[in-house]
Amino acid sequence: MAKKRTIRTIPQSRTSVSEQKAGERAANFGEVSLGYDEKAALVESERCLFCPDPICIEGCPVGIDIPGFIERIGMKDFRGAWEVIGRTNLLPAVCGRVCPQETQCEGVCVVGETLEPVAIGRLERFVGDRAIVEGWVNLPHIEPCGRRVGIIGSGPAGMACAADMAKAGCEVTVFEAFHEPGGVLRYGIPDFRLPNAVVDAEIANLRRLGVTFRCNTLIGRLFTIEEMLDDLGFDAVFIGTGAGTPAMLGIPGESLNGVLSANELLTRCNLMRARDFPRYDTPIPLGKNVAVVGAGNTAMDAMRVALRLGAQRVTCVYRRSRAECPARAEEVHHAEEEGIVFKWLTAPTEILGDEGGNVRALRCIAMELGEPDASGRARPVPVAGSEHEVECDQVVFAIGTNANPIIGQTSKIGLNKRGYIEADEELATSMAGVFAGGDIVTGAATVIEAMGAGRKAARAMKAYLGISEPEPIGAIAASHFGIPAGERNFARIRSF
Amino acid sequence: MNDVLEEYGFEIVRRQDFSDVTYLLEIRHPLMAKAARAGQFVIVMLHEEGERIPLTLADFDRARGTVTLVVQAVGKTTREMQQTCRAGARLHALVGPLGTPTHIGTVKKVACVGGGLGVAPIFPQLRAFKEKGAYVIGILGFRNRALIFWEEKFRAFCDEVILCTDDGSAGMKGFVSDGIRSALAAHPDIDEVVAIGPPIMMKACAEVTRPSGIKTTVSLNPIMVDGTGMCGGCRVKLGGAVKFACVDGPDFDGHLVDFDDLMRRLKRYSEEEKRALEHWSENCRMTSLGGRA
Repeated sequence: MAKKRTIRTIPQSRTSVSEQKAGERAANFGEVSLGYDEKAALVESERCLFCPDPICIEGCPVGIDIPGFIERIGMKDFRGAWEVIGRTNLLPAVCGRVCPQETQCEGVCVVGETLEPVAIGRLERFVGDRAIVEGWVNLPHIEPCGRRVGIIGSGPAGMACAADMAKAGCEVTVFEAFHEPGGVLRYGIPDFRLPNAVVDAEIANLRRLGVTFRCNTLIGRLFTIEEMLDDLGFDAVFIGTGAGTPAMLGIPGESLNGVLSANELLTRCNLMRARDFPRYDTPIPLGKNVAVVGAGNTAMDAMRVALRLGAQRVTCVYRRSRAECPARAEEVHHAEEEGIVFKWLTAPTEILGDEGGNVRALRCIAMELGEPDASGRARPVPVAGSEHEVECDQVVFAIGTNANPIIGQTSKIGLNKRGYIEADEELATSMAGVFAGGDIVTGAATVIEAMGAGRKAARAMKAYLGISEPEPIGAIAASHFGIPAGERNFARIRSF
Repeated sequence: MNDVLEEYGFEIVRRQDFSDVTYLLEIRHPLMAKAARAGQFVIVMLHEEGERIPLTLADFDRARGTVTLVVQAVGKTTREMQQTCRAGARLHALVGPLGTPTHIGTVKKVACVGGGLGVAPIFPQLRAFKEKGAYVIGILGFRNRALIFWEEKFRAFCDEVILCTDDGSAGMKGFVSDGIRSALAAHPDIDEVVAIGPPIMMKACAEVTRPSGIKTTVSLNPIMVDGTGMCGGCRVKLGGAVKFACVDGPDFDGHLVDFDDLMRRLKRYSEEEKRALEHWSENCRMTSLGGRA
């Protein structure tokens, strides 16, 4: 093997990625990051130390063999890299783009202790994009097992569960209420962050595995979960409907014209293509001066969509400070570059309207950080006498979601007191044969966590259906040698 | 079981024109016909570039495996539908039934009120009340005699029908709110009034029954995108609370609904609606010119 890499011998700085210039991209829906080319990917792959105890794998919610795929990139075996990722992650082109890597794999990367961490997300995206361009398909030999599985929701949780169940030989049908599959990947995440073509490619892959998508189907209303099991011949059901019902603050003025949820703005723009109105029929409210409440990824998406729709000024209003902001660092950085104005430590108290019932300003109060609250983050406390008005003609709420009530309204499934579906460790619900995962169980989380939940539920579902799980080939735990994986020295010897 | 795997198709099997603006579409969808309950609605998409428009079900026939919509050509999409939705054509998308079904309680005497746009969608509720054994008074309002439709269909399920026209060209002269007054005068024991129509009409109906406190249910049709609780565009004010018409409704207590708020919110895309219509009319004109050349 090549000579051993150390922190001193690897490229010291992270390979930069080309991006559309902030000034240009703020006026189009083209992708911001253009991704690594082969040369850049090869250089970046040299930065991985191939730690004997790769902590990055633990940082990944689905446990991708990160050094494994990076090693293959270094060998220019891109298809091999794709296959390594494919063992645990179905959607590399999606996750490479939307995962919060800085709090996951890259957040624990050993290189990151001294230098910038290895750009794992960019490398993953490179591999995923290469697979789409080359049209790689990894069609395993599937032995039909005669079981029928129904999946409710075609977002990341449903897609991940569908893939695993199809590979296990089940006849899988995915039900989607919208007219196109993809869930939040389609309606929520804008094209400049995740192009629709990538979502299409991932769905095409699922179809190749034999998965059927049935759109325009609202489970609970067209037929119920009980009917799926009793009358429609499904042996097991997975609920991955997402959370979805937008939360509002409950402050005065929320029904003024010009106030809307980020979900509505994003759905109109992304799924319904209202940005091409009137060529497309769906209209979209065009604010000149937009205030977005919240600072998560959805808020960033909403702000940057508003900007691209032609807003002259977009302001982010967030009651905590930048340090607590839940969005991916890259998104905040991109938003700032594009000219979004951030008002940290500011909380809205009222939306003010004109005589026509349209928004004219957002009344706010300054906050300061106090003692940590239940979430562990510093609790924002209002500063007396700091009320002020932020002028705007549109207010977008991106402060999270509540549980969608439809499944609860139409089935006997057990819910917790906040309306989310109750599921045990294995993601089994109170109904036999029915599993649930993703936002409808945990509340709003990330794409990769939802995918992880979909896969976890698939494992439990296979056990429930009596489908045996083959041991993954090549995954020999270090403990097979009688020494715990944590013993770095041993593992280092083994890699020679 | 096979129904689930069968492509829906959304084929229009029948079309009937009631007037130059009102038309009926009967669409094949056996699963939906089976699932539909009185008071529910659907979302229609005409074509790939289309918008999603909510329409309350006017009928459903389990034996025929169809659902029926009665549409008024008022905006761009409904006018385009009027042009292109012939028998044999297909819709791009149809999702439903959506919303919480009407609670058809064991009432003894009910007045079902439909005005203009609301005449057709009151039918399933009226029929459901009749099937539950209630004494049903149908109060139907049209602008004039020429716009009347389904009178026979209503009479078949009503114990009494009060027909109102704005100009008095058929039935009594007046609005449906006058019809309710006359019904209440003859039947002080009406337990419930259900009203569907334009917001201004439902507001008037709720005001008629407010003094006596008779339970008054209205069906709201605010602007929405998904119809499944996701966009929040359809939020309505209900006695201080905020509800989503798509999942909490569309039926609400008419005495609690803030109709002024609803009417203001319904206007929020009026500029865009005008633009869409102009854009479409212009395209139609160009196409027809091109066709002639």
